[in-house]
Amino acid sequence: MSTIDLGQLADPNSPTGDSGAGAGRKGLTRVFPHVTPKLWVGAGMIAAIALFGLVFPFVVQNPQAISDVGLSAPSGDHLLGTTQTGQDVFAQLAYATRGSLLIGVLVGVVAMALAIVFGVIGTYVGGFVDEAFSLFSNVVLVIPGLPLAIIVSSYVPQKGLVVIAFVIVITSWAASARVLRAITLSLRSRDYVAASRVSGEKTWRIVAVEILPNVLPVLASQFLFAVIFAILAEAGLSFLGLGVSGQFTWGSMLYFAQNGLALRLGAWWWFVPPGLMIALLGCALSLMNFAIDEIINPKLRDQTRAGVSRADRKRLARAEAAAGTTEGATA
Amino acid sequence: MRYVAQKVGFYAVALFAALTLNFFIPRLLPGDPVDILLAKMQQKGPVSEATVTSLRLLLGSDSDEPLFSQYVQYLGNLARGDLGISVSYFPAGVSTIIGQAIPWTIALIGIATILSFVFGVGLGTLAGWKRGSVLDNFIPVTTMFQAVPYFWLALILLYVFGSILRVFPLSGGYNVYEATPGLNWTFVQSAVLYGTLPALTIIISSVGGWLLGMRNMMVSTLSEDYIVTAEAKGLSPMRIRQSYAARNAVLPQFAGFAISLGFVVSGSIVTEQVFSYPGIGNALFTATQNNDYALMQGIFLVITLAVLGTNFIVDLMYGFIDPRTRAKR
Amino acid sequence: MSTVLTVEDFSVDYAVEHPVHAVKNVSFELARGEILGLAGESGCGKTTLAYGINRLLKSPAVITGGRVVFHDAEGADILLPELDDKALRAFRWDKLSMVFQGAMNALNPVTTIQAQLEDVFKTHRPYWKKADRVERAGKLLETVGVDRSRLKSYPHELSGGMRQRVMIAMALALGPQMMIMDEPTTALDVVVQREILREIKRLRDELGFAVIFITHDLPLLLEISDRIAVMRAGEIVEIGESTELYTNPQHEYTKKLLGSFPSLTGDRGAFIRSGVDETAGGDATRASSGHEQATSVATSTGGAA
Repeated sequence: MSTIDLGQLADPNSPTGDSGAGAGRKGLTRVFPHVTPKLWVGAGMIAAIALFGLVFPFVVQNPQAISDVGLSAPSGDHLLGTTQTGQDVFAQLAYATRGSLLIGVLVGVVAMALAIVFGVIGTYVGGFVDEAFSLFSNVVLVIPGLPLAIIVSSYVPQKGLVVIAFVIVITSWAASARVLRAITLSLRSRDYVAASRVSGEKTWRIVAVEILPNVLPVLASQFLFAVIFAILAEAGLSFLGLGVSGQFTWGSMLYFAQNGLALRLGAWWWFVPPGLMIALLGCALSLMNFAIDEIINPKLRDQTRAGVSRADRKRLARAEAAAGTTEGATA
Repeated sequence: MRYVAQKVGFYAVALFAALTLNFFIPRLLPGDPVDILLAKMQQKGPVSEATVTSLRLLLGSDSDEPLFSQYVQYLGNLARGDLGISVSYFPAGVSTIIGQAIPWTIALIGIATILSFVFGVGLGTLAGWKRGSVLDNFIPVTTMFQAVPYFWLALILLYVFGSILRVFPLSGGYNVYEATPGLNWTFVQSAVLYGTLPALTIIISSVGGWLLGMRNMMVSTLSEDYIVTAEAKGLSPMRIRQSYAARNAVLPQFAGFAISLGFVVSGSIVTEQVFSYPGIGNALFTATQNNDYALMQGIFLVITLAVLGTNFIVDLMYGFIDPRTRAKR
Repeated sequence: MSTVLTVEDFSVDYAVEHPVHAVKNVSFELARGEILGLAGESGCGKTTLAYGINRLLKSPAVITGGRVVFHDAEGADILLPELDDKALRAFRWDKLSMVFQGAMNALNPVTTIQAQLEDVFKTHRPYWKKADRVERAGKLLETVGVDRSRLKSYPHELSGGMRQRVMIAMALALGPQMMIMDEPTTALDVVVQREILREIKRLRDELGFAVIFITHDLPLLLEISDRIAVMRAGEIVEIGESTELYTNPQHEYTKKLLGSFPSLTGDRGAFIRSGVDETAGGDATRASSGHEQATSVATSTGGAA
């Protein structure tokens, strides 16, 4: 049944077209009309952390060099103090940043790849494949992740970075697969996809050209979730002594700090920075996720304070004031 | 009813998968865990033939029996509750240890998760209802807490409240000197005191997620047509917020609750270790430190069963609160 | 008073980047018990007007001027824009109720029909007992031709037509003096549509409420309304008695609107509806009534109508 557009303009619940918050601003906002500062703040923080991890290891001291100034507070020589064995915490932090980010990104990428296969492709193909993939994803999702990771990890003696990443990937792809599946299901029944199918386009092409681009924003958001989840999982595993051996990560720093009784002995400089870095990265990723959320879901846009620009608020106030005076005159 | 049947079917498959996984992991990974275990055990005392057999069944080794019959026997053992003997607590059986630890974990996680959910959803309702209010600014803060590793937060809380402020005890489940386990007031009081910090850790870390999710759903729901109808009917704002908006917005949160439970269990493992809380997580930790494979497997199985069971219950409840699921086309 | 609603100079703007004047100085009166049709194409502002009268508009829509006066049968004149929140809530549904389009979304999907009917009573008639509420709810359903047993159903378990009937029943709950119906039958197929329309007319005859019936479907209004107002770009361009509007449209736009609906009789492709032949150039022969025109065309093609 073809529906005549029933007074879209007259529907008071939908803001008129694109003339909402962003269109008034110049420059970048014209290209990315609904981007709020959150995106840039988040991206900036991530860039800073990444830079720290990539570049600083080349300029700091040797993180493994022990000295005899054990557990000393931050000073000129050691920006973040030293560990129990006199190792420079700041240097360790730089290497740890690199290690953790590596794991995070690695897990994120592989988890997304798996999520696409089981979530998007499987769902699109439909039929038995869809049912099987979906069942598989749900089962994997429901089996508790960290205990599984702990068990697998404890059986493997040599825990390189890739191995740990693999263990974490196993437990993290399923959630994203489910989300992507939901999106693909709704996209699959859209008209333009049906049109492509009818005109004989190959399946892989339809998936790549019609479906994936629309899945991208959600994919980006899920990727960010996966990264922070991976870093947290790695931290958890390391804390239990099951993490990466031979490389510094935020988790391994926390493990050593705990074993060296850092907190009890008051050596906050050893214990706080790694956890704080995780929190900061998580915060940055969340901010970016918020921003992406607001791009995807227009209803979220105008509702938060940030969504309504100053200019619009003034306009609204003026209009209401004008209405007030008119009514007063005729009353 | 179709809905219930579907759910039962799914969880049966998941259970089967978990059991099989549990069976295969030790057999697939390098090393022969049974020999390691036996060596350790024999250091502590004599090991009976029955123990050896059950261990081999549990963990696998180069025996002549075909894999399939091993599997069947393994399932049989499980049905009888025989999970093997623990190395770290030799000669106590795995089932006994788990039996002692589980109530603590259930109490802690159960209460903490429910409180997180209630607080998070409640605050989220308010935040979504009054858009642009003060609550909206809290959201980035609580989400930041979500990204903080449980144990880091736990240790900091422990440091601040335990060592510095000395408000809460530093470790344990209850005061072993003053209270004896049982349904007496001293014990309950003590348990609550000792459990507060661990619970607080879990709550602080997870509230953010519920808050954000609920708020976003409220915002989406508030632009639905039935909200306009409710307003046109002249209903009070409170009624609209609760019966029309929140009632609809909470549905996806409920669905998510089941999934999040798996993660909370994971997080609690580490939290328990930090607080030396006598729960399952702590036991698992001890097990990994001692290469106590039997105990590890047992705990994994129990955790999985608990998560599956809770998920199942929540799924059933969801079918109850969302009438649309009952009429699946 | 024999007028139930007076709207004077009513205007609504959407305060966005380039402000949109959705409703411009609209004035009309609604007589007690009358069915006033409000017709116009998409985007002409009819829904905005309806929502505006009942103060249901959300920002960025702003009422920028005008008076809306409800003449209560109990004597008082109520100035709608000036009611405070509490008074507005008490007023709504009790004196003025609404029927929305697309009842699938307009009904709360997770509560039963009974609950949704009951909460109207709980709010406006708090002293009623549960038994009375249920009884009245059942009676309402029966009034619109829905079986009482449907009280326990959920919206998704009912067909489209049934849902619309439920919405009408709900609108009748407090015996209002007027109803605003916004495209109540647009989402339904024609057969069901007809039934609903007859229902509305019957109820109006029985209970005496006034109706503002909003739709884009002008011919439908010709069947059901006493008077019709044609709206275009926020303004009422013509308002008059139904038959008069149909046979003797004054405004150009009205004529265009009338001429746009395909007729069931006449030549194919000519889109002739009334006496106005848009396709014929200039002021070609105009029959005094559409019926004559149709008959003459049928005769000339040699076929019986």
